[in-house]
Amino acid sequence: MKVLAGLDIEAKIQAEIPESVVESDQESILIDSRAIPGVMRFLKDTPEFDFNYLNNLTAVDYLQYFEVIYNLTSMNNKQTLMVKSHLSGRENLEIPSITHLWQGADVQEREIFDLLGIRFIGHPNLKRIALWEGFEGHPLRQDFL
Amino acid sequence: MPDYDHLILPYSSGDANKDEGLLVEDIIARSQQPIPDPDEWLLGVDHGGVVLTTFDAVLGWARKRSLWPMMFGLACCAFEMMAAAGNRWDISRFGMEIFRPSPRQADMMIIAGTLTWKMAPAVRRLYDQMAEPKWVLAMGACACSGGTFSESYSVVPGINRILPVDVYVPGCPPRPEGLYHGLMELHEKIQKQGYLKDNVHLPRLD
Ligand code: SF4
Repeated sequence: MKVLAGLDIEAKIQAEIPESVVESDQESILIDSRAIPGVMRFLKDTPEFDFNYLNNLTAVDYLQYFEVIYNLTSMNNKQTLMVKSHLSGRENLEIPSITHLWQGADVQEREIFDLLGIRFIGHPNLKRIALWEGFEGHPLRQDFL
Repeated sequence: MPDYDHLILPYSSGDANKDEGLLVEDIIARSQQPIPDPDEWLLGVDHGGVVLTTFDAVLGWARKRSLWPMMFGLACCAFEMMAAAGNRWDISRFGMEIFRPSPRQADMMIIAGTLTWKMAPAVRRLYDQMAEPKWVLAMGACACSGGTFSESYSVVPGINRILPVDVYVPGCPPRPEGLYHGLMELHEKIQKQGYLKDNVHLPRLD
């Protein structure tokens, strides 16, 4: 399995969707949160990348910002890529949903919404998954309790 | 480019989730104090008379030798329970080889694992559905006291908050031998309990 470096594919993504890439390094590529659906569709539908499998979708609270992380795999091209996106602020965090591309994102986006309070715009069923309706706060945030 | 929208399945209504949330909040509010352990048997109450005493002995023997446990695993401890049911430790030596999948046919509930508040109403409902007489065994540190997660926002700190517990088996997880020790303690308890075992009346869960 080959790990694609963000540096190598930055130019191709920029050419397709201008001003989408914020930063890139050996392991990952940082995408502007508003450009996520476009970039993801490009990565999924272009034969060169063909990322047909979303391994993992998670998020981390770094206090200054939230980082949403997508791990993609191409079964046919035998390659993986890590895509990241930053959200600043503590309230009204929003990022477009990618459930229409990989249905596996459904449950994971709900988990992030539940535990970190990030809203996924366009998610068909965004509600709590691990905790119950009426629970206050988002327990995976650094400032919880 | 292909469209993937048709892949999204329909979802349940949000009302069910609201009801569930209310139920969980309700059970948390009502379970702030532990339920006392049913330990009246420690006093060794004599029910009087040679006839009743003999009858008690036979009944206790019959009850303890065919305890059917409710099939129930909540977390990692469940694997030790499965090992106990497997051929190496062989739970059927104690007359309890059949793990019942239905509460209606079970005498005993082994709570093996971490109980979360969201799961608590379901466990309470299953307990209520079991026929009397019934016993509860708390397996593992999580079930006894919440264990590692006792300070957590979502874990019940000890299942005696929602159920009366007969036997506690500590350990993280307890080995099958530990579980067997607990089961034999439970057998002893059942033997000492008269046929007039007091039923436990818990407040209704709505
Ligand atoms: S007591 Fe230990 S082994 Fe058992 S459920 Fe809790 S954490 Fe898992």
